[in-house]
Amino acid sequence: MFLGREKSRKATLQQDFLTETGQNDYPHRFTNDLIFCDFMEATGAEIVVRCLAEEGVEFVFGYPGGAVLNIYDEIFKQNKFKHVLVRHEQAAVHAADAYARATGRVGVALVTSGPGVTNAVTGIATAYMDSIPIVVVTGQVPTPAIGMDAFQEVDTVGITRPCVKHNFLVKDVKDLADTMKKAFHIASTGRPGPVVVDVPKDVTAHKTTFSYPETVEMRSYNPVVKGHSGQVKRAVQMLLEAKRPMIYTGGGVILGDASELLTELTRMLGYPCTNTLMGLGGYPATDRQFLGMLGMHGTYEANMAMQHCDVLLAVGARFDDRVIGNPAHFAREQRRIIHIDVDPSSISKRVRVDVPIVGDVKQVLGDIIELVRQSKEKPDAAAINAWWTQIELWRSRDCLKYNHNGAIIKPQYVVEKLWEVTKGDAFITSDVGQHQMWAAQYYKFDKPRRWINSGGLGTMGVGLPYAMGVQLAFPDAQVACITGESSIQMNIQELSTCKQYRIPVKVITLNNRYMGMVRQWQEFFYGSRYAESYMESLPDFVKLAESYGHIGMRIDKPEDVEAALKEAFSPALKERMVFMDFMTDQTENVFPMVEGGKGLSEMILAEEL
Amino acid sequence: MRHIISLLMENEAGALSRVAGLFSARGYNIESLTVAPTEDATLSRMTIVTTGSEDIIEQITKQLNKLVDVIKVMDLTDGRHIERELMLVKVKAVGSGREEMKRTAEIFRGRIIDVTDATYTIEMTGTGSKLDAFLEAIDPAYIIETVRTGASGIGRGERSLKV
Repeated sequence: MFLGREKSRKATLQQDFLTETGQNDYPHRFTNDLIFCDFMEATGAEIVVRCLAEEGVEFVFGYPGGAVLNIYDEIFKQNKFKHVLVRHEQAAVHAADAYARATGRVGVALVTSGPGVTNAVTGIATAYMDSIPIVVVTGQVPTPAIGMDAFQEVDTVGITRPCVKHNFLVKDVKDLADTMKKAFHIASTGRPGPVVVDVPKDVTAHKTTFSYPETVEMRSYNPVVKGHSGQVKRAVQMLLEAKRPMIYTGGGVILGDASELLTELTRMLGYPCTNTLMGLGGYPATDRQFLGMLGMHGTYEANMAMQHCDVLLAVGARFDDRVIGNPAHFAREQRRIIHIDVDPSSISKRVRVDVPIVGDVKQVLGDIIELVRQSKEKPDAAAINAWWTQIELWRSRDCLKYNHNGAIIKPQYVVEKLWEVTKGDAFITSDVGQHQMWAAQYYKFDKPRRWINSGGLGTMGVGLPYAMGVQLAFPDAQVACITGESSIQMNIQELSTCKQYRIPVKVITLNNRYMGMVRQWQEFFYGSRYAESYMESLPDFVKLAESYGHIGMRIDKPEDVEAALKEAFSPALKERMVFMDFMTDQTENVFPMVEGGKGLSEMILAEEL
Repeated sequence: MRHIISLLMENEAGALSRVAGLFSARGYNIESLTVAPTEDATLSRMTIVTTGSEDIIEQITKQLNKLVDVIKVMDLTDGRHIERELMLVKVKAVGSGREEMKRTAEIFRGRIIDVTDATYTIEMTGTGSKLDAFLEAIDPAYIIETVRTGASGIGRGERSLKV
């Protein structure tokens, strides 16, 4: 499905990043291929750059500063990858993270020491919570200055330790190439995650002979790939015996590139399937067997089927608090659980599991499909039919129904129209809040890696840098950032980056003049006392977008929504960044909703209020 | 329940802080933690005494295994094992109490390793509960200072933790 990718990627590289003035990004850049000769001594800075080139990195998202100037000087001299200058280090990490989410390759960010690192921490933690493979190279003060409270010094390894898969401080230039290789290996294998490589400035100046290791041997790190065959057999047996089966899948299916196999297995069995917020696109959302997203704002049918199934197959998902609510309530119903995950610590963490299978989800699903195919037993057709009748009854509640006949734009309507206008084939990034939930509920993702959002950490401000990272990876694709007027302001400075690199993303702001999700909780649980959740001095987003050289649109009426979206995604504006400010209903809430601490089947539905 | 978890990890800067950080970040208890390099200087052996329900202990061992620097983890309390802790205790040793203190130390197989006319310093090894028992057996007013290493542990018989 990504056949076009390599081609379009090359095309971008050849464009050589023309800026608005038509000038090359680095007008005086020279390329000295001599520095890529083997057997010559290289500085640490050259080694960093050559390692990135060896890894096939296309884009480095970064921001220069004192401690990384040697590295930037080497970046200036090469043409193997593009550097994308962001306006804040947090956005550099988010963009690298989105690049990784959309392509499946390791994203790379480069920041300076001290504040460069602390600004990057939110991005790193965001990637960590969603298990995204990124490598962040950070500058550090020279080794003799470490611990001396030097200018722009921070204990990078210490400050990032709780939010990385692993981190390194490279104190000797001889260890640099090995460390970079390990960083990419660790980030991208097993349960993926961010890896930080902290490089002191003197190390970037020291010289050594460079050779990039071809393989990595680590006695302490060998992720399990193949699932235990006995457990796989038990799982198949259990699946075929099910009367009320349910398949529940998460981000692991996306990260493990297992959605095709998941789809095959689900169709083969004829069982219902639900995805978590992180797992959307893992199973085609327009398929009849798909029950929608589950969890706090999941559909009625998905949550009810999850609660009442007798055999649950969980794939690359972790039963977190936003998915099953109260684990004690979830455990009230008897069901047998099969759990496939590459990370053993995700299994039996919040919910006891009957058949744990540690392994790569793609491999294990492949093994299961093979055994189901060979098995003489077939699913119990009568029981499965009865189960589907029950599910259709739940589905007939039409829990995502909303009233859009008024004079005010309903946010859900904007997302539905966006889905139609983009033919369901856009990359959608979102920020965090109500708009994120509406995007997840109303944009039907049929393909994996199309839905890019911060599920675990819930980081407001990711949307625009995420869209940048995706658009750079897929220059010809439609990329939209669904956001709110509060979230977008957390990284609005990146409109400037979009201008510099002509990144034609479309920002869809569902502007309700409130921090919507905060307002919703305050309405429900705090007696409608809207403490500090109202934005009283919003900018004129149209003028703001125009001041950055983009196109701004303000849409007030429901009847203008479709035409505006069509215009934004028209060929005429294909090369332009468009900022769309939709003035939406201030009082709209996200339904269904499972209150914190409640059980999955204790949803509040829109019609009940 | 009390568990003794042994692990082997790469003897690298910051390795200890990864383990300590894991316990504090996830709210696990640490009763004691000891660490030193093994006969292979690239390896550190750590013994952690912790308490928690079976679910918590399972999570602790899984989370420890997940640390990239950790090579092997074993819950010693899963099988037969030996546990020892070293304690140094400085006590007042004057008058009639001087002889009494020496006798009590001998009963607990302690050794007096430093002497002044007013004090003894006693070295004692054993399980944590034996050391507790000694401290309970002597008059608390006599105790000047105690220092304990925390438990180290090893499996009995053929059971071993090796790379």
